[in-house]
Amino acid sequence: MATTQKIIWLGRGGQGAFSAAKLLGAAYALGAPDHHALAFPSFGPERRGAPVRAYTKLSDAPINDRSSIVQADFVVCLDETLNDAGVADLLKPEGEFLLVNERITDLAREVLGREIVNTALLALLATRLTSLDCSDLERGIEATMNERIRPKNIELVRRVFAQKDELL
Amino acid sequence: MKPYIREQKTFDQETCPQFPTFEAGYLVGGNGDWRSYRPVLDTEACVGCLNCYLYCPDGAIAPDEAAEVGSRGAVLIDYDFCKGCGICAKQCKVGALTMEEEPR
Amino acid sequence: MSTEFLSGDEAFAEGVRLARPDVISAYPITPQTVVVERLSEMVADGSLDATYLHVESEHSALSAAIGASTTGVRTFTATSSQGLLYMAEGLTYASGGGFPIVMMNANRSTALPWNIYGDQRDALSLLDHGWIQAYAVDAQEALDLALMAYRIAEDERVMTPFMVNLDGFALTHTYETVEVPTQEDADRFLPPYQTTNRFDLEHPVSIGFSAGPDTNDIFKYREHERMMQVFDVLPQAEEEFAEVFGRRYPGVVDPYRCDDAEFVIITLGTVAGLVHDVVDRLREAGTKVGCLRLRYLRPFPTEALVEALDDAKAVAVLEKDISFGHTGTVFADVSTALQGAHLDLEAYNFIGGLGGRDINAADIETIFTTLQRGDTDTLHFLGMGA
Repeated sequence: MATTQKIIWLGRGGQGAFSAAKLLGAAYALGAPDHHALAFPSFGPERRGAPVRAYTKLSDAPINDRSSIVQADFVVCLDETLNDAGVADLLKPEGEFLLVNERITDLAREVLGREIVNTALLALLATRLTSLDCSDLERGIEATMNERIRPKNIELVRRVFAQKDELL
Repeated sequence: MKPYIREQKTFDQETCPQFPTFEAGYLVGGNGDWRSYRPVLDTEACVGCLNCYLYCPDGAIAPDEAAEVGSRGAVLIDYDFCKGCGICAKQCKVGALTMEEEPR
Repeated sequence: MSTEFLSGDEAFAEGVRLARPDVISAYPITPQTVVVERLSEMVADGSLDATYLHVESEHSALSAAIGASTTGVRTFTATSSQGLLYMAEGLTYASGGGFPIVMMNANRSTALPWNIYGDQRDALSLLDHGWIQAYAVDAQEALDLALMAYRIAEDERVMTPFMVNLDGFALTHTYETVEVPTQEDADRFLPPYQTTNRFDLEHPVSIGFSAGPDTNDIFKYREHERMMQVFDVLPQAEEEFAEVFGRRYPGVVDPYRCDDAEFVIITLGTVAGLVHDVVDRLREAGTKVGCLRLRYLRPFPTEALVEALDDAKAVAVLEKDISFGHTGTVFADVSTALQGAHLDLEAYNFIGGLGGRDINAADIETIFTTLQRGDTDTLHFLGMGA
């Protein structure tokens, strides 16, 4: 039975946690016919600033379990105010936690002109996943992002891949 | 096109259509017996404007095809279907139509 | 054909676009909103040539769709939950009148308490109103059902409106890979809508007249017969579908490893996928289990159901609804079928997922365990010790 990689995204409304979750799913799933992904937000009324969660599941077999992720292989946190005691419960024992930091924020600001860190964190996550490379992410950006913002996001992804060790 | 009275009054399993959709333009019976008052035309007073024909909601007044259009009294009232609503009398500008109590 | 990463709602909107409806009338309600928003965007940018009626309520949405359908055009509407209940009055007008409207229903809980999340109470409580009802398991099937629904509904042997159900959020808002067919292929599969059941200046008709005690039952019998025609039309339509799109659907039910299964979970919608996972795991461990997904709830697939349960000793119906004071509605229908076939097996009813509560693998395993062990209670509410 295929193993499913599970990623939980933590953010606040407006920070693009779900956009990242969706981009990751698209980047992986559209990469090969035997690649499968599910991406979905925590459901409910949303507003800017409210904590939101998003989920991505990646597998090389069809993913049938649509329940939300209880324990993830990766937790990506876009907002340090959300890094609380409860976060540890979301991770599998051997899971990895990626938290936004100043270096990531600076890079995002430099390339995008805004402090939107979701793409940068997604790229950093991708460097930790063996199943995705930079071109996969670029494909995901082409598939899910507005034309206007694609070039800068692609540049950002490439920069993160190049500088990944400095950003962790 | 004037509605006609249809011979067959109802459907059985053979003749019932698939849906409640069926040819239009007919009735299964007259309904003039609903009336309490009937319109009566004074052919001398009538100026042939056809207002009554235009306003009748039931199509119970029609131009008399045998007469010259626009001539005095050039309308026919179908008392099989007139329900005595009185709209024709109300709309007649010259008072040529009066509503009279239906003889019982 | 293009491969895209879409949500169930987005995929369904693509399917509707490809079906070329003439009139869309809809009122937004979570979690259906994305479908109608997408369609309105398509109409606005010209990629869909349709008249989009912005109506003030769901009741108006269906009324307008019925009105449009009486002129012989292809119509679409969509709703969910309370919206469906608000439209409910019109459901029987559409089915009794023979108007093959296609509706997408996002399965969502019904108030009170108020809840926007996915369960199946809305549509399952309205199975009696003469609409064909199908339930999608994933976004691909959702898109395909949009096309299939028109093909079946508009078939002159059927002429019955069709409700396609998508689990709220679990399907409507979950993103996955979908193959979107070309318009060319869609046109090959789905011909334009032709019917005599419409207003026509050349052949004037009265539509929607009343029928008294002397004829009403004849119309209702006809309506029932038309619905039963789906059993003949569906295999044909699925054959045509496979020829054009290369995807073959298995008919009114989708049996998974049921052939020699002793213990079977009967279910509908997205949760069936999860049951498949657990079936595979238990099969590896040597237990003969299977999953039977009901794709169509109306007409009810009695024959196919009975056939699939040939070797079963015990079955459980897993559904996201409860008919208060009785059992789940699907269980009641399944029980009728089992009784009619005199099948000697134990049947249980598991109610889960109400109000959008997740159903997980452990829940499914619990059900299979109960099937093997047996239980004095027929009705169980998942996770409630009930």
